[in-house]
Amino acid sequence: MAVDMNMNVLIVDDYTTMLRIIKNLLKQLGFNNIDEATDGTMALEKVKSKTYGLVISDWNMEPMTGFEFLKQVRAADAPYKTVPFIMVTAESKTENVIAAKQAGVNNYIVKPFNAETLKTKIGAVLGEF
Amino acid sequence: MSEIETKTQETSGDKKERIVSIISSVIDKVGRNEQVSLTGILTELRDLLLVIEEMRRDMGVVRPFDITGKHIPGATDELSAIVDATSEATGTIMDCCDVILEKSGAVGGENGDAITAEVMKIFEACSFQDVTGQRVSKVVKTFSDIEEKIDRLVSVLGVKVSGTSEEEDARSEDEKLLNGPQMADQAISQDDIDKLLAELDGVAE
Repeated sequence: MAVDMNMNVLIVDDYTTMLRIIKNLLKQLGFNNIDEATDGTMALEKVKSKTYGLVISDWNMEPMTGFEFLKQVRAADAPYKTVPFIMVTAESKTENVIAAKQAGVNNYIVKPFNAETLKTKIGAVLGEF
Repeated sequence: MSEIETKTQETSGDKKERIVSIISSVIDKVGRNEQVSLTGILTELRDLLLVIEEMRRDMGVVRPFDITGKHIPGATDELSAIVDATSEATGTIMDCCDVILEKSGAVGGENGDAITAEVMKIFEACSFQDVTGQRVSKVVKTFSDIEEKIDRLVSVLGVKVSGTSEEEDARSEDEKLLNGPQMADQAISQDDIDKLLAELDGVAE
């Protein structure tokens, strides 16, 4: 099935430069509807109020980390609990990847990354586009 | 060489060995109950007190308050300034990229696509700023931990500081002029420099 490039995508990062980079890369990949949040709490509010086809989140944020955000999304008894979730983070220890996987992450990208990596990982989660 | 001179030349490792030896001896004597002599234990404890006093004096000479009050805060400020400066530069680079992207749309065709592809590489490269910031934060946190541990050690040992910072600055006058980039609140502006030069030249502006 073809990827709907008009799906809502939520990107979460406390560092606005990073939000800007990811947003630009996603636009270049063809995604048209991109929302932003700067921590897990704000992101959680957004997924509760709108349907997203993809969430791309940083890990290290305050007050709510991306990991906690992921766990709350997956633990919810709501339609958004199955939203495809990609972690994009500088946390590059094996234990982090394992914990994220166990919490239900669909893919994991280590910073710094490039457009090709982002495209590949999104493709692995949503299907080739 | 007198006993005092010998003790003064001891390294901290030697002192640690001596403390361990004295404590072991006391424990050993108490353990072999029949040989316990109050006078003997008091002598050993007095020796222990002397070694601890020497260590306190040694720490005072090292000036731990300079480390926690000047060196670590200074290094932390410098690191924060690096993050701020690179963040500002990254923002400027990305602003320029946005403009180039807009213009590349007007160029269109193969050349427009090529420009867009190169600009995206610049965007990718700008993500270094995020990782750098996180690494610097880790270093700052480590500094903070070291500062806390030194403060605790100084407090426990009741260290008194000897001498002044100025006395211990062994740099030559020329070396003292090599202070590198200054923090924004300590730096002199180009306008101030121009005024100062004009004043030194005897030219009123």
